[in-house]
Amino acid sequence: MSGTYLGMPSFPRAAAAATRDGTLRGNLRHATHTIRDKRARAVAELADWPRLRAAAAAIKERTLRHLDHYLVQTEAAVTAAGGTVHWAADAAEANRIVTRLVRATGETEVLKVKSMTTQEIGLNEALGRAGITACETDLAELIVQLGEDRPSHILVPAIHRNRAEIRDIFRARMADWGRPAPDGLGDNPTELAEAARLHLREKFLRAKVAISGANFMVAETGTLVVVESEGNGRMCLTLPETLISVVGIEKVVPTWRDLGVFLQLLPRSSTAERMNPYTSMWTGTAETAETAETAETAETAAEARAAAEARAAAEARPGARAGTRTGTETRAEAGARAGGADGPRAFHLVLLDNGRTDTLADTVGRQALRCIRCSACLNVCPVYERAGGHAYGSPYPGPIGAILTPQLRGTESELDASLPFASSLCGACYEVCPVAIDIPEVLVHLRERVAEGGIVTRGGKKAVIRPARGHAAERAAMRAARWTLDHPAALRTAQRIASRTRRLHPRRLPGPGRAWTGTRALPEVPPESFRDWWARTRGQGSPE
Amino acid sequence: MSDRDTVLGRVRRALADVPREERPEDVPVTGGRPDGARAPDAAADLLARNLADYRALVHRVSPARLPVLVAGLLAARGARTLLVPEGLPERWPAAAAAAGVRLCPDDPRATPVELDAVDSVLTGCAVAVAETGTVVLDGGPGQGRRRITLVPDHHICVVRVPGQVVDSVPSALERLDPTRPLTWISGPSATSDIELDRVEGVHGPRTLEVVLLEG
Ligand code: SF4
Repeated sequence: MSGTYLGMPSFPRAAAAATRDGTLRGNLRHATHTIRDKRARAVAELADWPRLRAAAAAIKERTLRHLDHYLVQTEAAVTAAGGTVHWAADAAEANRIVTRLVRATGETEVLKVKSMTTQEIGLNEALGRAGITACETDLAELIVQLGEDRPSHILVPAIHRNRAEIRDIFRARMADWGRPAPDGLGDNPTELAEAARLHLREKFLRAKVAISGANFMVAETGTLVVVESEGNGRMCLTLPETLISVVGIEKVVPTWRDLGVFLQLLPRSSTAERMNPYTSMWTGTAETAETAETAETAETAAEARAAAEARAAAEARPGARAGTRTGTETRAEAGARAGGADGPRAFHLVLLDNGRTDTLADTVGRQALRCIRCSACLNVCPVYERAGGHAYGSPYPGPIGAILTPQLRGTESELDASLPFASSLCGACYEVCPVAIDIPEVLVHLRERVAEGGIVTRGGKKAVIRPARGHAAERAAMRAARWTLDHPAALRTAQRIASRTRRLHPRRLPGPGRAWTGTRALPEVPPESFRDWWARTRGQGSPE
Repeated sequence: MSDRDTVLGRVRRALADVPREERPEDVPVTGGRPDGARAPDAAADLLARNLADYRALVHRVSPARLPVLVAGLLAARGARTLLVPEGLPERWPAAAAAAGVRLCPDDPRATPVELDAVDSVLTGCAVAVAETGTVVLDGGPGQGRRRITLVPDHHICVVRVPGQVVDSVPSALERLDPTRPLTWISGPSATSDIELDRVEGVHGPRTLEVVLLEG
């Protein structure tokens, strides 16, 4: 399987192949069902989940409606903290910027923190063409990279691989990238994780340049946040000299306080944890962590802060560095930069558009930009469970992919035009979404656009797309529709139950759901159900 | 036109439906999370439970017994070297030092490879969150640079109870300074990347011991 998404078949063809793959289906089913149940328990622990969800949706809505304001604010804050901000209108420009920045360091190997944004722009391939090797450090991304595969899940990119497959990949490929797999490596997850630890540690300890994305960036303070589990993120964010973060413009949140909402929603929604093991926050280049005191530990954070401020005022340290860079940092080098810096001395933030402003221009589709990439919608989706992540042909699989990809990339290609049809509109994705994106509403909206054409924004300009009838796109869409209908085991039950409850949806939920519906009207039932749409466009009555 | 102008121009055109006079504050943000009013004892208990749930090893001691506890934890692992950040109370590692553990101050000149050779690290923290079982380090006194709690394989983190314990994530944010590099730690490093089975211990310290210092 190639590492690029170009030339992917349309959803139904890819999905049909995937559903025939018994191992894949088994892996996916096991994984999604496990996480689903755990997530429900983690969410139930917070009595005010509906209020948090409403707050998250509202904060994102506020941000998107004033995105220019918050981006300018972010830029100013990051710059004031010693970072450098770059803007990229599209993938090509972002790749050029990152390549130039890496070249300037003289390095030919960079470490990567798991980042869907860099997948989206094809950064690894672009760096490869420039002679720079990008090594993925997240365990799942490592599995995908060593296996010359593509990610198939937002949170767990190698979810389609079971332990035996992973062992085989490690045994066969680790040596090509660095330290080989230990002799006699078994398929126990603990052993596999240990193999990854040994393989990557050598790289972490000598890395000079790291590339990351970010889960959030705070406009008010210029703070970037990376949420992770393994510690590979911390390694990349603290040990190298240069850090480059490529971040979609929709990742901004207005205030420091807003993080309080998202840091509660994200871990519980994605890994079903109260909190993920590691969250790193940094603001520009950090010069503040040097500890000058030898006195007793300050009793409170406030004291510590006061002490830090006093220190900062007393010293202005240049981060000058002498000597050349070869292999592991020498003591002289480390010492030269020891003027209080905690973390990379150079920080670059690349703000990426690449279709986001086009998405923003669509007042219905705009809500897809609220997404915090938790992957909860994937884990409940009956179509994703059968089709697998690869069928969606982008780094964004599942329900969110079905609405995000056709907006980021347009619906010109067969694949992208078929994506809005890769759903039964059962509504489970909306129910779990922590930022309350009404995915079914956007799906229906995008189907209409594919079927009937209309005015869209592409590359910042208004464009008219023609109705898809008779086009390759329509044929792909029809195949997608038929595919979903041809998989009754996949869909019928879920759809029946869900659409029945959708029809019965009260305007306000009883019981614990009330707080949520009190702040927001329940979603409209899609203006047209899938079956009706089918009947209307094919004129053949019920497809059953 | 620069990419900056291009992107900002596109954003503004895309938002043509937003009334010109609308300011960000006009978009209402309701909900959010009021802080629970938990008794300090209950908060410490919850913190201990949640830390243990994610496989941190939790100990509760009085200040008088802390040095002996630290020495015991190190001896149990056979640790011979202990990283100590500046600003750490000298008493904390004193018993361990007396028992022969070599104390290594956090030397900014130390290379990552040298850090990797140290057995354990002992730090304080800035704040701890009961509801999530989290300790937060902000590089303040007794905490050191981010890397020292990352590269060594064994981290002992001391939390002062009740002074440093808050109920929730929002309360923790209120106490923290965004200009400092912050690390939120909830249990040892873990991964769920293989069949969504949680495995503790990948790149960060494989053992996290949290000491709740009470009284
Ligand atoms: S659309 Fe919602 S549920 Fe799906 S990944 Fe994004 S935030 Fe999570």
